[in-house]
Amino acid sequence: MSDKLLTVRDLKIGARVYPPGEKPHDIEIVHGVSFELEKGKVLGLIGESGAGKSTIGLATMAYGRGGVEITGGEVWVNGREILGTRLRDLRKLRGTEVTYVSQSAAASFNPAKKIMEQVIEASVHAGKFSKKVAEARAVELFAKLGLPDPETIGNRYPHQVSGGQLQRCMTALALCPEPDLVVFDEPTTALDVTTQIDVLMAIKDAIRDTGVAALYITHDLAVVAQVSDEIMVLRMGDMIEHGTTDQIINAPVEEYTRDLVSVRSRVHDGKPPTENPVMTIEHITARYKGTNFDVLHDVSMELHAGQTLAVVGESGSGKSTTARVMTGLLPARDGQICFDGRTLSPDLAGRARDDLREIQMIYQMADVAMNPRQTVGTIIGRPLEFYFGMRGAEKRKRIEELLNDIELGPEFKDRYPAELSGGQKQRVCIARALAANPKIIICDEVTSALDPLVAEDILKLLHELQERENVAYLFITHDIATVRAIADTIAVMYQGRVVRYGTKAEVLSPPFDDYTDLLLASVPEMRLGWLEEVVEHRSMESAGN
Amino acid sequence: MPLFLKLLVQRIALGLLLLLLVSMLIFWGTNILPGDVAQSILGQSATPEALANIRAELGLNEPALSRYFDWLGGLVQGDLGTALTSGKDIASSLGSRLKNTLFLAFWAAVIAVPLAIFLGLLAVRYRERWPDKLISAVTLASISVPEFLIGYILMYFVGVKLGWAPTVSMIHDGLSLGQKLNAIALPVAVLTMVVLAHMMRMTRAAILNVMQSAYIETAELKGLTMFTIIWRHALPNSIAPIVNVVMINLAYLVVGVVVVEVVFTYPGMGQYLVDHVSKRDVPVVQACGLIFAAVYIVLNMVADIVSILANPRLRHPK
Repeated sequence: MSDKLLTVRDLKIGARVYPPGEKPHDIEIVHGVSFELEKGKVLGLIGESGAGKSTIGLATMAYGRGGVEITGGEVWVNGREILGTRLRDLRKLRGTEVTYVSQSAAASFNPAKKIMEQVIEASVHAGKFSKKVAEARAVELFAKLGLPDPETIGNRYPHQVSGGQLQRCMTALALCPEPDLVVFDEPTTALDVTTQIDVLMAIKDAIRDTGVAALYITHDLAVVAQVSDEIMVLRMGDMIEHGTTDQIINAPVEEYTRDLVSVRSRVHDGKPPTENPVMTIEHITARYKGTNFDVLHDVSMELHAGQTLAVVGESGSGKSTTARVMTGLLPARDGQICFDGRTLSPDLAGRARDDLREIQMIYQMADVAMNPRQTVGTIIGRPLEFYFGMRGAEKRKRIEELLNDIELGPEFKDRYPAELSGGQKQRVCIARALAANPKIIICDEVTSALDPLVAEDILKLLHELQERENVAYLFITHDIATVRAIADTIAVMYQGRVVRYGTKAEVLSPPFDDYTDLLLASVPEMRLGWLEEVVEHRSMESAGN
Repeated sequence: MPLFLKLLVQRIALGLLLLLLVSMLIFWGTNILPGDVAQSILGQSATPEALANIRAELGLNEPALSRYFDWLGGLVQGDLGTALTSGKDIASSLGSRLKNTLFLAFWAAVIAVPLAIFLGLLAVRYRERWPDKLISAVTLASISVPEFLIGYILMYFVGVKLGWAPTVSMIHDGLSLGQKLNAIALPVAVLTMVVLAHMMRMTRAAILNVMQSAYIETAELKGLTMFTIIWRHALPNSIAPIVNVVMINLAYLVVGVVVVEVVFTYPGMGQYLVDHVSKRDVPVVQACGLIFAAVYIVLNMVADIVSILANPRLRHPK
């Protein structure tokens, strides 16, 4: 046991749940998971949401988030069993021996304190380093992680640096006390693909240079393949498969692992544009109220019936703003919106109710897009009432049809959103959009919050509905794999401009413009050594320039 | 100009505008009060000629608008007018009264504010356990009892039975600070009990709200102790709501002491106001009203300014 840094044996974790309409009760969410980790090794924990990845990660610090409680098993860190120890002894372990990097550095940094103060806090508090030594070490780490101005960046407040930089600061925070084990919990999930590469490489280098061991938690197999020595696949609190990275990626044994590996393989043959677009926007320029700069510059696009226009780009590139302009939520300053051969008012208030009906939206967060106090039937029935004046039996029949369309049974009509899974919630939002019988549905990152396998099903459903209803989709996403799976036409946006536009075949074939090239090259590929290749490719290019 | 400076200037300008509006409201309000000043000075037996004379002398026949501007012009120069009943200059007699009221409010605040915040922190530390419940129960009970009743209860037990503090809080310039503090011990205790609960509950709620944040979890995973986490990570992010409620209570300490001052016959603004309301001495009532309004506006302005300064995003823009 002494040569192992971390030994987890038969770990069982429970949580208190509060299902609507039932008494709160305890359930088990991790059912006896065991693994070992040697010094300097990286173990990837992978699985969908609810698999217990983060819960297991936090258990290595004997920490249960919210109502989560470790109910059984053993966790040995550096030859000590930590589950039975007192809080006072755990505090010596947390933050110095085992540290944690969370998914959202933006939320995990205290907004009221300077970065440096927070990075060195654990080391100084535990008496591991003096303030001066810790600060010097932090500066060294900032430099190693490729942060700009490593000497002074610590004097800034969290809101003064970018998301990617803050995520690297969080890594510095975790590495500063020279821990033996770092738990990385989806550290790059919230970042744009182009930023993700830099952070991933920085983390990988830092792990190698400091010789620290790590648990790397993610739902993205392609990402974990780049950084870990071993991978453990989890599903609903059970270990499915555990092996070397090479074996899991190239020779998965279990069927579930094979599904995860192949999930990105869905492709869709793009259709050529039709003669008459259902909507065109031309030379749109827009800015938000109270600001004095344009967020969209000269944006033009076409939507065709029964086809999907995918809008891709990083956060802040103007994707969602374009959708807001189309719906009239944000009136354009300049340019024209044509629908079905006529010009639409740029402003929501200037549009007829029937024009509003024709353009519906589905959002990323299905949770917050539904009123939690309304049943599914009420939610879907509302557009039927509002646009078509349906009542009584007629409305009930239509709701059941719609539920059938989204592959849910009629019994779902009496359920509340809280009783649905993430994928089911998104299905209800799709049904609500369909209920209006629109010609256009705007899908704003509708699969980004979903697990890969669930997202795949949603894409399939959307595609089938499109075939049947001949509706046009404007599909906003930052994920190239999703684009490949659904798009007919693609618009690549960057800093409020369309930098590349055309059919899928055109946009995704060389020669590329610089930005599209960077974007496509940044999408993690599920093979070993991909990360190094990309980084090398990039440095060669910058040397060539 | 940096953003936060612009916001500060806006707040101060808004405060001044508000004060002007309040002066109009007070003037208009006191003018529609029933009763006639001249009548109340001279009594029921006054002749119509005498009434007309005194009205002319006091300027009561002039149009309201010109009287308002006369009054406002005086205010700007620090002239609050003269009391109708005594003929004394209001500013000078109000000065010492205001000083006494502020003295009382100051000592109540010095005790109540730190105590409330400390109890709030303690309640968070032991949330849902007996110290939290005890603190909540005691402070809520004390805010629920009318302050004059608390005053009389303390007066009877502490003042009369135990003899620890005087039951009448007369102070004058001849007393030393120690003697003065002894004299106001009971009213300070009453005021503290009255304002404590509100501030403590708000501190508790504001910090508990912040305790849900991801950065608190980060702090926990750094191995910090609970009290360090609350003090270093939660409190700095709860300053704005806490300062807001503290300022409202400070304002209450100045403005709301009327009842307590009367109970303990303390020579402050409250008693002065009550005396002159009953005599229909309009200029005095107006002056007191304006000072109370100014206290409210200034303290709330301070709360806004502190909130702006406490926000790192405004202090250190990108």
